[in-house]
Amino acid sequence: MFGYYLDLALRSLKRNKVLTALMVLAIALGIGACMTTFTVLHVLSGDPIPSKSARLFYPQLDPQDMDGYREGGEPPDQVTWIDGMNLLKAKRGARQALMTGGAVPIQPAKADIDPFYSDSRYTTSNFFAMFDAPFLYGHGWSDADDESKSRVVVITRTLNDKLFGDKDSTGQTIRLQDADFRVIGVLDTWRPNPHFYDLNTGNYTELEEVFVPLSTSRDLKMPRNGSMDCWGKGGADSDHLENAECVWMQFWVELADASKAAEYKAFVENYSKEQKTLGRFQRPVNVKLRNVNEWLDYQKVVPSDVRLQSWLALGFLIVCLVNTIGLMLAKFLRKSGELGVRRALGASKGEVFKQLLIEACIIGMAGGICGLGLAFLGLWLVRQQPADYASLAHLDLSMLAITFVLALVSSLLAGLLPAWRACQITPALQLKSQ
Amino acid sequence: MEIFPILSTLRRHKTTALLVILEIALTCAIVCNAVFLVTQRIERINMPSGVAEQELIQVAMADIGKTTDEHARSLQDLAALRAIPGVKEVASVNQVPFGRSSNNSGIKIDPKQKLSTLNATNYYGVNVAQTLGVQLVAGRLLQESDYVTMDDAKKAFISGKTEGLPHIVVITQDMAERMWPGQSALGKQLWMGSDMPLQVVGVVKNLVRPSIWKDAEAQYSMMIPIGVDDGQYIIRTSPADRERVRDAALETLKKNNPHRIVWKKELWTDVRAKYFQGDRAMTGLLIGVCVALLVVTALGIVGLGSFWVAQRRRQIGVRRALGATRGHILRYFQTENFLLATIGIVIGMALAYGINVFLMSKYELPRLPGFYLPIGAVALWLIGQAAVLGPAMRAAAVPPVVATRSV
Repeated sequence: MFGYYLDLALRSLKRNKVLTALMVLAIALGIGACMTTFTVLHVLSGDPIPSKSARLFYPQLDPQDMDGYREGGEPPDQVTWIDGMNLLKAKRGARQALMTGGAVPIQPAKADIDPFYSDSRYTTSNFFAMFDAPFLYGHGWSDADDESKSRVVVITRTLNDKLFGDKDSTGQTIRLQDADFRVIGVLDTWRPNPHFYDLNTGNYTELEEVFVPLSTSRDLKMPRNGSMDCWGKGGADSDHLENAECVWMQFWVELADASKAAEYKAFVENYSKEQKTLGRFQRPVNVKLRNVNEWLDYQKVVPSDVRLQSWLALGFLIVCLVNTIGLMLAKFLRKSGELGVRRALGASKGEVFKQLLIEACIIGMAGGICGLGLAFLGLWLVRQQPADYASLAHLDLSMLAITFVLALVSSLLAGLLPAWRACQITPALQLKSQ
Repeated sequence: MEIFPILSTLRRHKTTALLVILEIALTCAIVCNAVFLVTQRIERINMPSGVAEQELIQVAMADIGKTTDEHARSLQDLAALRAIPGVKEVASVNQVPFGRSSNNSGIKIDPKQKLSTLNATNYYGVNVAQTLGVQLVAGRLLQESDYVTMDDAKKAFISGKTEGLPHIVVITQDMAERMWPGQSALGKQLWMGSDMPLQVVGVVKNLVRPSIWKDAEAQYSMMIPIGVDDGQYIIRTSPADRERVRDAALETLKKNNPHRIVWKKELWTDVRAKYFQGDRAMTGLLIGVCVALLVVTALGIVGLGSFWVAQRRRQIGVRRALGATRGHILRYFQTENFLLATIGIVIGMALAYGINVFLMSKYELPRLPGFYLPIGAVALWLIGQAAVLGPAMRAAAVPPVVATRSV
């Protein structure tokens, strides 16, 4: 029976090509728009480190003076050097890292490459293990390197390719800001999205190319990037940031399991109380401890334009579906005569209903396939945009499956009402009026 | 009029009529809001900058190692740049309008205030106003003799000696109006934080901030007499000379000190274009969606209209046989569409308002101005009429003889 219905449906669709094309086009446009925007939203709101996101925490505390104090306010988004160092040295988590972003001038040994700036990260030793950074060659540095301000560096695969032509460069020397550094590790391709550990340098920015021990970067006064907030007499004097009343660093802690969070929060609260009795902190103790996903939510990482686009596309899909319902209704009711004959010859209402739904499904499939094409086109267009997330806009398998399910379900939904209405005809009346 | 017969016919085709109404309502609601968003973006893209946009070049360099004689080097750079033929003005600055990276301060009217009155951005650099070409509306611009160096200012600030600090400032009209509404700002005092009093000596029309958090605060800028030697230069020249001067400037600066990296070399019109790239992309997308929506709606009306005409051929034939002219039939279908569109538009307005309230709560958008609703209504009426015209003409072409034919 199914084959027969399929045949009937195809014949019927062929009979009025313009109407069929209109329905397919409407579904395709709606699906295409939705899949494009949903894919972008899906990519941008992903978990950057799923295996650990519930165990990595970003403590916030409030070291500011009473100037501009508002009750119930949030603590600053970053920490001062002093607090960062104190929390780091307390070693209350399984791992912890203190860091900031920067940019270093690289002076290649090859004469044919001009000196250039690369984005860099100045961090402490735990960074790589904590964030599961994959090494292609070598390894990260040790606590001892942090202590001794070692001139060691970890670079990314892309920089390695550029400077050493994809050979293992560990043990080689590169020149950064007029100083020689020994390469001890090369990171494999890795791009956590969002760039969760430091949102100040861009929400979806690419991985930094150079990783240098924090102490070394301060020793050489390497230029830093990102935001800095100061209060009181804290000036943005880059030489004395260690003592400045400014927040400019990111501190992350890894806990053995999420249940240790309350314990860690109590520790930071205690620390804040201590600092308050010492007179350094003035505001009431205000500590927040968010894990990766909570932090991304709080920072409203997904651009509001992208959310807005998704709503818009959904609205568009609904209009397209209403349109399709109308057209299908027109089409099915037009066939009243034919359906009347089938009913009179003994087909039950259910059979007629099935036949019409198959026709709706075919339209849905065709719409889905065209919609998929449009989604590819849409995503290509998104990738041409200037936003820093543009290059991430690719369809993955799950979104591909969702496209088809969405196309089928929406065309079935659109087909339900017209098919049901078409089943309601009285065969006798139809036959008589012929 | 034919309204009553039309209504009674529509009552017999409730589902189809409802679908048309629903489609028009949804389209109306979405298009009204989308067009509103588009105008908001366009307004933003065309935001005034207050500077001589067609005449500016930005060049930024960074030293590779640490240097000690930055001030002397910067004076050397400036002199060399000034010597390039076609260069009108040059300044070494800390930031540029629409440049994204910025230096900002909380500003108070009274040092005892707990919270700042507003947050303004700080433009530093000798000759910055003259080079940018800002328009003075009251008082005077800063002169070279007003300036202190950044190092001296920092030392004075940290040691609490106010003599070494700058004590005058030039602000924008928007900022003056926000701080002292309806009064002249000239001679008034403002505080940067709680420690640094500055007297307003000049007011300029506009000077946009490097990065804008809130569009309403885009013009909250100050020029403070502090000299900087960060290696960021702005050069003013005539529009036709810009590319030549930019290339000459790069060469000159490289020759002056080869041990540094150029990280910016842009005509200022490109700086502006880049700043609003995202807004422009969004505007294009919104317009695209609006057009697609209207086309889909129009096609839907054409499709349903054709179906109706086919279904009512007999009825039309009877009317024609009874003496209705082609014009009558045409008018019948157009009136029918007008009625459906009107109901759809009324529902669409309410929906548009609802969507706006939702967007206002989620995306901090302003309220939808009332005049968008009639514009949306007229657009949909026109589209409905245009879409139904084809099927209606076909209906009008039905010969009266159809009525007598048995099918």
